[in-house]
Amino acid sequence: MQRRRSSKTPKQPLQAHSKNQTDLSAWRKEGTIEPEKSVQDNQPPKDQKNDSNQYTLEQALSYFEKVQDRVSLKKDSVLQKHLTTVESIALQRGLPPEAFDVLLNVALSGKLADTVNTRLLKSLVPASVIPENSVVSSVSWLCVSKCSGNIQLLFLRWLITVFDFIDHKEQLHALYGFFFSFLQDEKMCPYVCHLLYLLTRKESVKPFRVRRLLDLQAKMGMQSHLQALLSLYKLFCPELVTITLPGKMKTYFKNSEGPWKAAINAIRRRNQENSPVSQPLVLGTAQPQSRKRKWNTQLIIPASSTNKNNLEEDREKKRCVDLYSTNESFPVEQLQTFSQLLQNIHRLEFPSQMGSVLTNPLLLHYMNCIKDESIYLRLYYWMGQTLQEECTWCVADNIRYEEEFKDFLETAYKTQCFLQEGFSSCEEFLYKSLPLWDGFCCRSQILRLVSWIPLSSFSEMKSYLYDPLAQLFFTSSLYFKCSVLESLKELLQNWLNWHVIHLDSESDSQVHSSNTTLSGLVNVVAELIHFVGWISTVALRLENNPTFLLYFILDFYETVCDMYLRYDLPLLIMPPAGVFYPALLSMDSVSLNQLCYIMYRYRTNLVAAKENEQSKKKILQFKFSSQTYQEYNQYIIAMVGCLWTSSAFQKDIHPQGLRMDDELLKKTTAQEFKTSFNIVYHPAMMGYAVLFLQQAWPDDTTFNFSLIKGKKWNWYLEYLYAQGLKGLKVFIESSINRVSQASHSKAGNVQV
Amino acid sequence: ENVDPQRTAFLLRKQWTLYSVSPLYGFSNAQLRDYARLLSAFIAAEKQKGLAVEVGVELDIKVAVSSLPDLKGSDQDQAAILVQLSSRSPASPKNSEEKLVWLGWFCCVAGDDLSQNVPEDFTCLPLFLANGAESYTSIVGSWFQKTFDCCFRRLAISPLNLSWMAAMWTGCKVEKTASAMELVFSVPCLPQPLDISYAIHPEDAKALWDTVQKTPGEITQEEVDVFMDCLYSHFHRHFKIHLSATKLVKVSTAIASAHCDGIVKFLQSQYLTGVLMLLTELAISQIQ
Repeated sequence: MQRRRSSKTPKQPLQAHSKNQTDLSAWRKEGTIEPEKSVQDNQPPKDQKNDSNQYTLEQALSYFEKVQDRVSLKKDSVLQKHLTTVESIALQRGLPPEAFDVLLNVALSGKLADTVNTRLLKSLVPASVIPENSVVSSVSWLCVSKCSGNIQLLFLRWLITVFDFIDHKEQLHALYGFFFSFLQDEKMCPYVCHLLYLLTRKESVKPFRVRRLLDLQAKMGMQSHLQALLSLYKLFCPELVTITLPGKMKTYFKNSEGPWKAAINAIRRRNQENSPVSQPLVLGTAQPQSRKRKWNTQLIIPASSTNKNNLEEDREKKRCVDLYSTNESFPVEQLQTFSQLLQNIHRLEFPSQMGSVLTNPLLLHYMNCIKDESIYLRLYYWMGQTLQEECTWCVADNIRYEEEFKDFLETAYKTQCFLQEGFSSCEEFLYKSLPLWDGFCCRSQILRLVSWIPLSSFSEMKSYLYDPLAQLFFTSSLYFKCSVLESLKELLQNWLNWHVIHLDSESDSQVHSSNTTLSGLVNVVAELIHFVGWISTVALRLENNPTFLLYFILDFYETVCDMYLRYDLPLLIMPPAGVFYPALLSMDSVSLNQLCYIMYRYRTNLVAAKENEQSKKKILQFKFSSQTYQEYNQYIIAMVGCLWTSSAFQKDIHPQGLRMDDELLKKTTAQEFKTSFNIVYHPAMMGYAVLFLQQAWPDDTTFNFSLIKGKKWNWYLEYLYAQGLKGLKVFIESSINRVSQASHSKAGNVQV
Repeated sequence: ENVDPQRTAFLLRKQWTLYSVSPLYGFSNAQLRDYARLLSAFIAAEKQKGLAVEVGVELDIKVAVSSLPDLKGSDQDQAAILVQLSSRSPASPKNSEEKLVWLGWFCCVAGDDLSQNVPEDFTCLPLFLANGAESYTSIVGSWFQKTFDCCFRRLAISPLNLSWMAAMWTGCKVEKTASAMELVFSVPCLPQPLDISYAIHPEDAKALWDTVQKTPGEITQEEVDVFMDCLYSHFHRHFKIHLSATKLVKVSTAIASAHCDGIVKFLQSQYLTGVLMLLTELAISQIQ
C-alpha cells in the first residue's frame, strides 16, 4: 500500500546542515529531531548575520505571543515591522519549530485583521519540522470558529501542503472525527477530503463514515474529492463500500500547494548548497541529437529506500525457514543516528539503489565495514554511467547543467575522502574525459578527483593521465599549473597512505608475500614523481621561476623526501636540477628555506636507509641506487658551497651545476663573486643581513656586510633562526660540519 | 542461430529505441510473475500521481513479463526478458480484447565480455529495446532502475558503427528480392538541415562488397573503409559531393535498419541474433 505522501513530498524535513560529515554530530542525518531535543538545537547555524535575524525573529514572536486586541496594520508600525520580519525570515530560511505554535495561535484566534492573518499563514514555511502540538491547538481554534472562512480554508491548504513536515501524527489521527465533521462545510469539503485522505488508516474506516460520505455524494453529486476518499475507504474495507467507483480519474484533489511549496523548495535548495554531501541532483541531458531531456537522464541521486526486491511471499518463506534467527532487517529509511547504526548494524540492508549512499554518511560508514564486492560494483555501475552521461564537455548540450555536474563531482570527491579510497568509476571517467577536457570546466572538481585515482600497477597511466594533463599544464595559466601540482601532491599522499595501511594489514597476516606488488607500486610512484619533476622543470622555465610556482613544487618534494621514513616506501628520488637550482638561487627566502628543509629530510632518510642496509645481513630487496646518493652529494656540495663556504663556482660538480671557470667569472666583472651566494649575500638573504646590520651597528649606514664574520656570523645565524628560518637551521645543523665555532670559513659539508 | 522464426516474428518490422542497461542486481528469472504484478501496480501508481494503489487487483494496464529463451548467442547469455503492457478497454472490462500498448525487451547475445566479469547476484542483459510511448519506457525503466539498481542510457550508434553495419548487412544473403540499400547522410554546419539519401541496388552493393572482403566470415576495419570509400567515390563521380565530409546517420538494408539516434528495425528473423550480437557489443562498450 503506498500512500500519497511517500511520493509527493520529501521524506525528510529540512534542516540546515553545514558541518563536515566526519564530525560526530553530523551522524545525525538531516532533519531528525528527537522529542526531547531543545529548541536551541533547531536554530539555524549561528553566524553573525543569522544571529541578528534570530534576534528580531524572537522579538517578533514574543510580540505576536502577547498581542491582545485588534491592532490595525496600517496604523501600527510595530505590527508592520514584526510581520515583515516573520515574512522575510520565512522566505529566506524557513521558520524554526517553536515559531509555529505562536503564529498559528495568533492567526487562527481572530485577534488580528484577516489581511494580517493571511500574511502570517502564508509565511508558515518550515525550516525543519512542525511540532504536532501546534497543529493540534490550531485545530481547536478551528473548532471554535473564531476566524473567518477564508482563513480556515487557507489553514487547511497549508496543513495539506506541509503534512509531511509534522513531526508526529498520532494526536492528529485522534482528531480524525473533528476533521470529518468539517465535511459538512461545502467550501471546506474538498480540502477536508484531501486531508482525510492523508490521515485515513484502516481503523478510521467506519460504517457511519461511509454512510455519511455516501449521503454527501447523493447531496452534492459526483465530486472527485469525495470519490477519492471513498475509493481509499473501499481499498481498506471493500465490504463496507459496495458502490462502483470510476477507475480513472485525472485529478482527485484541487491543488492546495499555495505559496508554500515554492518557498519550501527554495529553502531546501539553499540548505543543500551548505550540506556536506549535497542531495538530489538533477543531471543533464545525454544524447547529442535530442534537444529535450529524456526520462532516463534526469538522474537524481536516489533517496535511500529499502530494497523492495524481496517480495512479500519471499519474506514469509524466509521467516519460516530461519525461525531461529529473529533478525528482521532494519529499514534504511529509519536509520537516522550513529547509535542506531551501531545497534542495528547486524540487520541493516543496503538501499535498493546504491547511489543513495553518496548522500548518506551513515551508510558510508556501514559501507566501510562491509567489504562486499557487489556493493562496490553496484555503485561502480551507477557512478560510471552517471558521470559519462552527465559530463558537460563530453556530451553536447550538457553545458547548461554545469552547476549540477559540478555538485555531483564534488559529492563524488567528498565520498572518496570519507571512505579514504578512490572509486574506479571516477578513475575510468577521468581517463575517458581528460583528453577532451578544456582544463576550465569544473576545474577544481576534476583536479580533486585526480587526487583520488586509486593506486594500481596500471601501466597505461602515462597515456591516460600524464599526457593529457601535461598538454593542458603547459598551455594553461600559472594558477592552473599550481592547482595541478597541488592535486598531484595529494595523489601521491593518498597513494602513500594507502601503501602504509596495506603494509599494516599485511604484517598481520605474515604469509603474504608482496614482492611483485611492492615493486609495481614503487614503479608507479616513481613514475608519478618523475612526471612531476619533468613538468616542474619545464614550468619553471616557461613562467620564469615565480616563487608561487616554486612553492607548490617544493611542497610536492616535501612529501617525496620523506617517503622512506614516513611511509615506509623504499624509494627516494631527488628533484631534477631544473628544480633544485632555481630553488637554491631563488630570490625569495621562503623557497630557500623550504629547499633547506627538504635537503635535511633527504639526508635523514638516506642516512636511515644506509644504516638499515648495513645492519641487516640479508640482502634487502630494495636498495637505493648509488646514483641517488651521488645526486644527493652533488647537490649538498653545491648548496654548502653556495651558502656557507663561498666556493660554489669551484666545487659544484653537478653537470648542470654552477661550476664556472675563474676566467669566465672575471669577465663578468662582478666583484666578490665568490661570496655572492652565501647566507649573507644571497639575494634571498640580503634583506635579513641588512636588518641584522641595522640592529648590530645602528650607527653604521654603509651596510658593510663583511662585518658579519667570526662571532658576528654566529649571531647572524641565531638572528636568522629567530626570524623563522627553521629549514635553514636544521639544514645547517645537520649538513655542515663546523670544524671550529670560531672560524666560519673552515666548515665543510657532510656527505652521506 | 537456430531461432524459431515464428516465436520472434513479433520483433520484426517494429521500430526499437535502444538503451544500454548496466547489470541488474538481484534479478531472478523465477519471479517474473511477481515482477509483473509489482510493475503494474507501479505503473498505476505513477499514472495516478501518487494516489493509493492496491497491489494485485485488476488495473487498466496489464503487465506481462516473460522470458524469450530463443534470443541467446552463447550458453552464458541470460535468456532475454520481454515486458508487455496492454490496456483493457474500460467499456467492457471482462474478456474483451487487450490492446498491446508498449513492448520492451532486455537481451544479451554473446555478451561474454560482461557476463564473465560480474558476480552471481548480477544479471547481464545489457541491451534494452523499447517500442511504444516514451512515457511507458520511462515508467518501466524507472521501475527497473529502482528495483534492480541498474542504469539505463540511450544507446547512440556512431557513424563508424553504422558503416560497419552497412558492410556487414550488405554481405548477408536474402532469399526474396531484396529492397534497395539506403544510406542517409546529413550535411553538417548548414543553416537548414540537409540530408542526402544514397540508394544502391542490393546486388550491386553485394558485388562491390564481395570484391572488398578477403576472407568470408571475417570483416576488418580496413575492408569496411575500402567499401565505404568506393561508395563515396562513385557518388562523387556523379554528383561532385564528398560524402566523407558528411555524417552517416542512417543505414537501411533488407536485413535491418539503424539510425544514429539509436533506433533500429529488424527485418529478417534469420539475422536477428546476428544484429543483436553487434548491438550487445555496443551496449557493453557503453557500460564499461
